[in-house]
Amino acid sequence: MVNLPIYMDNHATTPVDPRVLDAMMPFLTNKFGNAASRNHKFGWDAEQAVEEARKEIAALIGADAREIVITSGATESDNLAVKGVAWMYREKGDHIITAVTEHKAILDTCKHLEKEGFRITFLPVNDKGLVDLDDLKRAITDKTTLISIMTANNEVGVIQDIKEIGRIARERGVLFHTDAVQAAGKIPFNVNEMNVDLASLSAHKIYGPKGVGALYVRRRNPRVLLTPIIDGGGHERGMRSGTLNVPGIVGFGKAAQLSREGLAKETAETFRLREKLRNTLEGELDEVYINGDLQKRLPGNLNMSFAYVEGESLLMGINDIAVSSGSACTSASLEPSYVLKALGVGEDLAHTSIRFGIGRFNTEEEVDYVSNRVIETVRRLRELSPLYEMAKEGIDLKSVHWATESS
Amino acid sequence: MAYSDKVIDHYNNPRNVGALPKEDPNVGTGLVGAPECGDVMKLQIKVNAQTEVIEEAKFKTFGCGSAIASSSLATEWVKGKTLAEALTIKNTDIVKELSLPPVKIHCSVLAEDAIKAAITDWKKKH
Repeated sequence: MVNLPIYMDNHATTPVDPRVLDAMMPFLTNKFGNAASRNHKFGWDAEQAVEEARKEIAALIGADAREIVITSGATESDNLAVKGVAWMYREKGDHIITAVTEHKAILDTCKHLEKEGFRITFLPVNDKGLVDLDDLKRAITDKTTLISIMTANNEVGVIQDIKEIGRIARERGVLFHTDAVQAAGKIPFNVNEMNVDLASLSAHKIYGPKGVGALYVRRRNPRVLLTPIIDGGGHERGMRSGTLNVPGIVGFGKAAQLSREGLAKETAETFRLREKLRNTLEGELDEVYINGDLQKRLPGNLNMSFAYVEGESLLMGINDIAVSSGSACTSASLEPSYVLKALGVGEDLAHTSIRFGIGRFNTEEEVDYVSNRVIETVRRLRELSPLYEMAKEGIDLKSVHWATESS
Repeated sequence: MAYSDKVIDHYNNPRNVGALPKEDPNVGTGLVGAPECGDVMKLQIKVNAQTEVIEEAKFKTFGCGSAIASSSLATEWVKGKTLAEALTIKNTDIVKELSLPPVKIHCSVLAEDAIKAAITDWKKKH
């Protein structure tokens, strides 16, 4: 028997691994020192724990511990990377390149900079969700200071060709930032092999605690400088002031260590479960569509549209399973997912999309339960769907004149 | 989003799901909404031409739970009513009955539109 509800939304967040919690506990209790206290044991213990964790975070991405700036999470890391570079190198140039499928933490930061007079190029993606590298090359000018392209997308799990983007950036003398939140700890990710200059990381996506993240900032070849976005006591080499979240950082370090050590095994297992889920759903249901490239994709991600079944009603039917939908009805804005839109997924299909995020703690029994529930609910809702009925009658839904005006 | 018990009940046990023959002169069909907007409702009524009483009502809906519940409720309400009575059903009545939150009011508007569209279609045939 499976325990309900089932959590299969591991792109949104992941549960804290019990081993991570064990590592954190002493720093939530008697080892409560401030890592910046340089004159007593409480401070030294805290500082030592932070530095050990920093080494682990660095090791996850093939970096040096001195290149890790601790933040409150990936949104702050993205803000610090993009604003920090834009402001620091303003004399050199005022142009930044990013892509339309980036996380809002990048897109809205870029829009903020646009209001300050920076010029931003938002590269499109193809129907698989991939940035065209020729588009990227053409977009670079002598005023470009930064390229920010995420490694793996949080909705469709599509993995960009980061190594090649890094090579292009390096060749043209442009700094390269990547939001690696969904990728680090899930697929091999190495800042040196990939020519990454800045990378955003988050603890809670790799079975660590919420409220702590990091920005990798390259120290050599080239040395990246940042204008801080938070002023204060000059912590984190002046790049991010604020008392360090010691228990959070310790947890982040442990989570990074576990992810690094178990990477190969975990990648294989989440991939196996994802493929089982995909094959079962595709085998049992007609008119289901995978959103985004299937090959260049995170092992645990499945983003699928179930034609003629609105996403929110599907979620309501499988309410003992936690997944996400790209449907408008599930978003605050009432707009369907901008990521799916950028891939050219029609709004009709965007409304029917579900994102499954398989993670470390999902079991095969859970995958079987989820596929059964999804299949039965989709079938039931299709019996209820006028669109399914029309499609079965051979009516081309695109040719129907829909009265979108309400009376 | 938390749903009211009545929305959940209609979603789990939708009333009057199905289809009536579109070509039947006594059947009026209303098809409102658009797939791009995430809601399409088809509501059909079978009307007694002498008494103008709605004797049967069926629906199919593509949309969220509130849209399904609104159209399910609409079929319940129109059954047994005359066309004139059915035309007095307001979306606000549906909102109240199902305790729809503001973000779901458009579902009730669509259900009201579906009733009106079905009646208009029937009248075109008579």
